[in-house]
Amino acid sequence: MMPDLGKYAFAVLSSYGVTIVLLAVIVLVSVWRARKVKTALDEIENRRGS
Amino acid sequence: MKALLVRDLMLAIRAGGGFGLGLSFFLIVTVLVPFGVGPQTELLSRIAPGILWIGALLACLLSLDRILALDWEDGSLDLLATAPLPMEGIVSIKALAHWITTGLPLVLAAPVLGVLLSLPIPAYQWVVISLAVGTPALSVIGTFGAALTVGIKRGGLLMSLLVLPLYVPTLIFGAEVARRGAEGLTVQAPLLLLAGISFGVIALLPFASAAVLRINLR
Amino acid sequence: MSFWEYANPVKFIRTTDKVLPWVWALTGISLVTGLVWGFFFTPDDFRQGSTVKIIYIHVPSALMAINAWLMMLVASLIWIVRRHHVSALAARAAAPVGAVMTLIALATGAFWGQPMWGTWWAWDPRLTSFLILFLFYLGYMALWEAIENDDTAADLTSILCLVGSVFAILSRYAVNFWNQGLHQGATLSLDKEENISDVFWFPLLVCIAGFVLLFIALVFLRTQTEIRARRTRALLAREGQA
Repeated sequence: MMPDLGKYAFAVLSSYGVTIVLLAVIVLVSVWRARKVKTALDEIENRRGS
Repeated sequence: MKALLVRDLMLAIRAGGGFGLGLSFFLIVTVLVPFGVGPQTELLSRIAPGILWIGALLACLLSLDRILALDWEDGSLDLLATAPLPMEGIVSIKALAHWITTGLPLVLAAPVLGVLLSLPIPAYQWVVISLAVGTPALSVIGTFGAALTVGIKRGGLLMSLLVLPLYVPTLIFGAEVARRGAEGLTVQAPLLLLAGISFGVIALLPFASAAVLRINLR
Repeated sequence: MSFWEYANPVKFIRTTDKVLPWVWALTGISLVTGLVWGFFFTPDDFRQGSTVKIIYIHVPSALMAINAWLMMLVASLIWIVRRHHVSALAARAAAPVGAVMTLIALATGAFWGQPMWGTWWAWDPRLTSFLILFLFYLGYMALWEAIENDDTAADLTSILCLVGSVFAILSRYAVNFWNQGLHQGATLSLDKEENISDVFWFPLLVCIAGFVLLFIALVFLRTQTEIRARRTRALLAREGQA
C-alpha cells in the first residue's frame, strides 16, 4: 500500500505532514471561532427579542 | 508651508532628539557589528556597505514615530488639518523635516563610520551617493507608516512591522549601489532604479499618507 | 438580481449558509482525491525521485498564497469605492488563510529544497519574494487587530493593502535584480509547467481545484464569523448606552 519513497521519504512525508497539520489548524480555528461568535450573537439576539 | 517646516525643524533641534538620537543609534549599530562578526579587516570591508545601509535604515525607523505622534498628542495635528494647507502638503513637509533631521545627518556621518568598518576607498562616494538618493524614500515611506499607526497607543512595534517590508526595494537597490561601487563595478543600473523608487515614492505616497491621516483624524 | 445584493450582510449569510455545505463537500472530495492520487498513484520523477510528490501541495499552496492577496486587493478596492462592509470583512477573513498558504508553500519548498539543492533555504528570488509576502500578511493582520473602530480599521487596512501590493511587486523585481548580482545563471526555477507530463499534471489540477475550493469555503465561513462578530459588538455597544 505505502509507496516506496526511497531516500527522500523524510522530505516527502514531512511536507505532507506539515501541510495537513497547518490546514487542519486553520480549518479548526475558523470553525471554532465561527461557532463561538454565532452562539454569542444568538444569545444577545434572544435577550433582545424576549 | 515654510513656517511649518521651520517649526518642525526648530522643535526637532530643541528636543535634541532629531539630530542626536538617530546619529547615536547609527554609531552604536556600526560599533556593535565588529563585536558580532569579529575584527578581521577583509570581512568587515566586504560587508561594510551593507552594514552602513542597514544602520541608516534602522536609525531612520527609530525616529519615525516622532514625525506625527507628538503633534497628534497635543492636538496640533487637528489644527493643521483645518489650516488652508492641503493634507498632502502637510505630510510632505513632515517627511522633508524628518529627512533633514535624520536622513541628511546619516548621509554625512556614513563616511566617518565607514572608516571604522574599513570601507574600501572607491566605495566612499557610492555609499554617500546611494544614501543621499535613498534616504528621502525611507523618510516618505516612514511617514506613511507613521500616519497609519498614529492613532494606536504604543504603535511603535506595529509600525516597524508595517514599514520594514516596504523598505525592502529601497534597501536592495541602495545596498546594491554601495556594494557594486565597493567592488569597482558599474553602478548605473541600480542607481537609476534607486532614484526611480525615490522619485516615484515622493510623488505618489504622500497621497496615500494624507488619505490615511484624514481617516485617522475623522 | 445583481451581484451587489450580496453586499447585504443578511443576504450574504443566508446564501453562503446554503452554499457552504456543498463547497465543503467538494473541497473534501477534490483534496482527498488529488492528494491520495498524487501521493499513492503517481510514478517518481527520473531526476527528482519521490520528491516530485511535493508538487501536489507546493504549487497549489503557492498559487493560493498569491491569489489570496489578489482577492484581498479586489475586496479592498470594492470597500474603498462602494463601501460595502462585507467586502472589507472578506478581505480581513482571507488574510490568515493566505498567510497559512504562504507558510505551507515556504515549508514544503524547504523540505523539497533540502534534498534537491542541498539546502533548506536559498536566497533565490522566488523564495525571497514569498518570505516578503508573508511579512506583508503579518503586517496586514496586525493592523486589523490593533485598531478598535471597525470602519477606521477597514479604511486603513485597505490602503495598506493597495500600497503593499505596489511594494510587493516592486520587491519582486528588486529581488530578481539583487540575486542576479549574487550568482549569475544559477536558476533554481520551480516552474516545470512547460515540461510536466500528464501523469503529474492531472492530479496536480485536482489538487489546485481542492485548494481553491478550500480557500473559498474558509473565506465564506470566516466572513460570516466577522459579520456576526461585528454585529455582536454593535449590539453590545447599544446595550451599554441604554
